[in-house]
Amino acid sequence: MAERKIRVLIAKPGLDGHDRGAKVVARALRDAGMEVIYTGLRQTPEMIVEAALQEDVDVIGLSILSGAHMALVPRILELMKAHNLNDVKVVLGGIVPDEDIPILKQMGVSGIFGPGSDTQQIIEHIRKVVSLE
Amino acid sequence: MPPIVAAIRESRRALARLLTRIENNAAAAELAALYSFGGNAHLIGVTGAPGTGKSSLVNSMAKAYRAESKTVGILAVDPSSPFSGGAVLGDRIRMRDLHGDSGVFIRSMATRGYPGGIARTTIDMARALDAAGFDIVLIETAGAGQSEVEIASIAQTTIVVEAPGLGDDVQAIKAGILEIADILVVNKADRPGAESTVRALRAMLDFGRRAERVMHHGELMSIAAVPSGGEDSAWQTPIVQTIATNGTGVAELLTKIAEHRAYLQASGTQRLRERASLSAEIAERLRDLLLMRLIEQVGAAHLQAIVERVVARQIDPSSAAAQLLAESLQERRP
Repeated sequence: MAERKIRVLIAKPGLDGHDRGAKVVARALRDAGMEVIYTGLRQTPEMIVEAALQEDVDVIGLSILSGAHMALVPRILELMKAHNLNDVKVVLGGIVPDEDIPILKQMGVSGIFGPGSDTQQIIEHIRKVVSLE
Repeated sequence: MPPIVAAIRESRRALARLLTRIENNAAAAELAALYSFGGNAHLIGVTGAPGTGKSSLVNSMAKAYRAESKTVGILAVDPSSPFSGGAVLGDRIRMRDLHGDSGVFIRSMATRGYPGGIARTTIDMARALDAAGFDIVLIETAGAGQSEVEIASIAQTTIVVEAPGLGDDVQAIKAGILEIADILVVNKADRPGAESTVRALRAMLDFGRRAERVMHHGELMSIAAVPSGGEDSAWQTPIVQTIATNGTGVAELLTKIAEHRAYLQASGTQRLRERASLSAEIAERLRDLLLMRLIEQVGAAHLQAIVERVVARQIDPSSAAAQLLAESLQERRP
């Protein structure tokens, strides 16, 4: 019968309109056998967390190119906590300055993938952090 | 009330978790517990070719139902990749208007190899939303071609969405998806060609109705096995023109849906359809169980040996199946 699939929400919070990277990642995860819920551009933190809850995803993948990650990511993590989404992993892609990386990881982001990351690395990271029963 | 029913009515998180277990075939006990708490929701199927605007239509239908204070559960199905088994589920992109409303619950799901535009577990997911207390359950199928008619066996009202410019009037008289429509929608009605699409569909309907009266003449029982379309000598499939992106025509669509539901109940058609699809479902589940039991009994190794003999053309597939069945029956005797 159907086995359990890794479910990933791919969302673009904030106002930048560049979703090429998010689409490339969505496609790569699909080809790796995952189910990707793609929500499109200009998502608010509230929309992202609501979708993650309804879709019961294992991972939230955020693509942020606008530089607003230090405002958006903490807000999303806070809402996740409020909704008890404690076992959902957060992966961040986009443009993140080196000095922000340790701070974001400290907050609870499980993986950060900057420009030029190999999609295979992202796939392996997700497979590793999602503990399948 | 069983704890699972109380839980999914109370908590959206519990509902989401249950839907995952159903999708992974790990919720037999919960489904058994919640079944008798369903039957109140109106199950509406929305199907049609890719790009006709199904998601946008579902979005504006949900908004219109919310304006009537009805709660709405949505199952949005997209295809799984036949190669990787993965999927990109993108229906939420067109449903962002529904965000932040606790009377709406949207769940995306992949077909996971099941043919017909839905997944094997879609019916059980719909039952969970029904038991959770949603007034309306909207099921959006994967973009359907001409023969993805499976939705008609789940939905009480099936809406087939067309858009201008997708085909000529020969497409309209082909058998298949148009025949399962309880309501036809021509979406993107502001686009050129909408009138001729409506005309072609209307001609198809007039043609179809005449044939039905000759064939079935008031004999509801004899055609109860037909999932839909054929039995409705009294229901005239309406054609509604909509522009889903701005809500035009959606109020009329909701009126037609309500009329169809009233018709189903008043005419007894609902009971007939339900009985037919439930007995088909029981037969399908029984087939699955028997097959699993049989394979357990004869053993995977023996099964593989028979497959090899078929591959080597020593025995044909049909005789192989008959032999396996005979062996399993023999083994059961003391």
